[in-house]
Amino acid sequence: MKELTLSQAVNEALVEEMERDPRVFLIGEDIGLHGGAFAVTKGIFQRFGPERVRNTPISEAAIAGAAVGAALVGARPVAELMYTDFITIAMDQVVNQGAKVKYMFGGKARVPMVLRMPFGAGRANAGQHSQSLEAWLCHVPGLKVVMPSTPADAKGLLKSAIREDNLIIFLENKHLYSQKGPVPEGEYTIPLGAAEIKRAGGDVTVVATGRQVTIALGAAEKLSKEGIDAEVLDPRTLWPLDREAIIASVKKTGRLVTVHEAVKRFGFGAEVAAIVAESEAFDYLDAPIRRVAGAEVPVPFSKFLEDLFLPDEQKIIAACKAVLA
Amino acid sequence: MKTAGAPDRRIYETMVSIRSFETKLQELSRKGVLRGSVHFCIGQEAVAAGVCAALSPGDYITSTHRGHGHAIAKGARMDLMIAELLGKATGYCKGKGGSMHIADLDLGHLGANGIVGGGIPIAAGAALGIRQLGLQNVVAAFFGDGAANQGVFHETLNLAALWKLPVVFVCENNQFGMTTPLSEASSQPDLAKRAIAYDMPGTRVDGMDAREVFRVTSDAVGRARAGKGPSLLVMDTYRFEGHYIGDPVVYRTREEVEDWKAKDPILRLRKQMVGEGLATEAELDGIHGEIARKLDEGVAFAQSSPDPDPSELFTDVYSE
Repeated sequence: MKELTLSQAVNEALVEEMERDPRVFLIGEDIGLHGGAFAVTKGIFQRFGPERVRNTPISEAAIAGAAVGAALVGARPVAELMYTDFITIAMDQVVNQGAKVKYMFGGKARVPMVLRMPFGAGRANAGQHSQSLEAWLCHVPGLKVVMPSTPADAKGLLKSAIREDNLIIFLENKHLYSQKGPVPEGEYTIPLGAAEIKRAGGDVTVVATGRQVTIALGAAEKLSKEGIDAEVLDPRTLWPLDREAIIASVKKTGRLVTVHEAVKRFGFGAEVAAIVAESEAFDYLDAPIRRVAGAEVPVPFSKFLEDLFLPDEQKIIAACKAVLA
Repeated sequence: MKTAGAPDRRIYETMVSIRSFETKLQELSRKGVLRGSVHFCIGQEAVAAGVCAALSPGDYITSTHRGHGHAIAKGARMDLMIAELLGKATGYCKGKGGSMHIADLDLGHLGANGIVGGGIPIAAGAALGIRQLGLQNVVAAFFGDGAANQGVFHETLNLAALWKLPVVFVCENNQFGMTTPLSEASSQPDLAKRAIAYDMPGTRVDGMDAREVFRVTSDAVGRARAGKGPSLLVMDTYRFEGHYIGDPVVYRTREEVEDWKAKDPILRLRKQMVGEGLATEAELDGIHGEIARKLDEGVAFAQSSPDPDPSELFTDVYSE
């Protein structure tokens, strides 16, 4: 094992896949010499040159469309939008085109493409640079949506995503970029659609995503001091979703709390809750399900307000205690 | 028939195929067997036929909601198209796409498109992919005058010119974005002038003259293939029918339609070919007869084809 930040882990996955497959190339804003707004592609331009690292004008719709078109003829683009918020500008190419062409064309098209996007609040970037929009994307048949929580997961999942013949949305929480974690030496991949229990426990299942996994783990440590044994489950891929892992965990603990940064209504937590309610795990529930999520407002600027907006350890602890009361 | 007439003959056949196909669809529509939105390109045949005749087999196109002509010109099978329009399992897209999503990737047809302008960045992307893979192919992007007012038109022309991508932007100016005339939709009605902004050649073409379409497109394709970058070709043309089946067509006069019908691209090429001794009336009539026969077979094939199996609802969403 080596210690890498999530940013370094993503960078390593990109470099390894570009070395492995000459059809893989990067396309996005300021990803060239500058190495990306969050320095994730640092050094790749110098190593592979301007044709493999396509530095673009600020044209999100054209970036997404160019990636879809390139994928359709057999290249394997990894596109980056500087912030998830900017997918609003590229939405036609992602939702109406890339996600649907295979089905609309009766199966003949392949779109081997990854769309990487930093997301999340807590950096004083306000309403247009802080959103978590994964629920929109999970709602579109034809897309797969990945959200890693650790450097090791980010690397293994991204390598799998690049090898898929599908349009993969790869969501990276900005706060995690600088967070270090152990990463296996050598070649490995992590399959899409496999959840991981990040902390085993018997009292309550906490299904958390992205940065909230780390926060939920912190909450679980504090709860353990009070004799509450929380299980933290990270789906890692939001779609395809590892339903079996969630159902098995809830059957074991009898309680469910979901945690994400996106606003609560119609969010990923609602889908997890519905899956449990529709499954045999429903009969094992000893308390109503609780959802911890971002407040139902645009992300505010002031640190004071932004902290209130975000889920945190205290909110997770309170939800766990509520379902155990 | 003389060899000098080879592109003429192919283009003529293509144009007659397109016209006959659309006319057959109108007939099927009147009989009530056609569902959904269908947009006819009658009158615009020279653009599809002339452009595709200038492409090589490995080249690609992207198309539009008014895309039957582009598909036929790129070599698509009319029987599979009719089956698709009838929603049958044997159709081009197994009945999952219909009129606005006919595609044949093996032929280099990257798909019709239900979103106005939606295919433009995909065309540039295909050109980028060609470049990334070290190939020598070219992409022709068909779109209408309406699409020229979408943001992706501008984003894509800029990007394609910046990177000198092998793409030819073919704007079929049929004078109307649905019902709104170009004069009410574009501050600069000469759309070819927009090429100046992106430092690429912009050419206005008589889109009712198939030979001219072929000639100008051949130059642009050659330029793209040589690595000299994209071109914008604005083809002045006209749709003889409404925007859709049942369009009351309140937005133009009968006289205007008749003026454009006098420029019918099929009659024009026929006159040229016969006048120059490249074909006889009888030979050309034979082409019409052969196409009519193929279409009747296509309709019979489509009508006798099965509906999609219920299991098909859930297939083809993802690649394995």
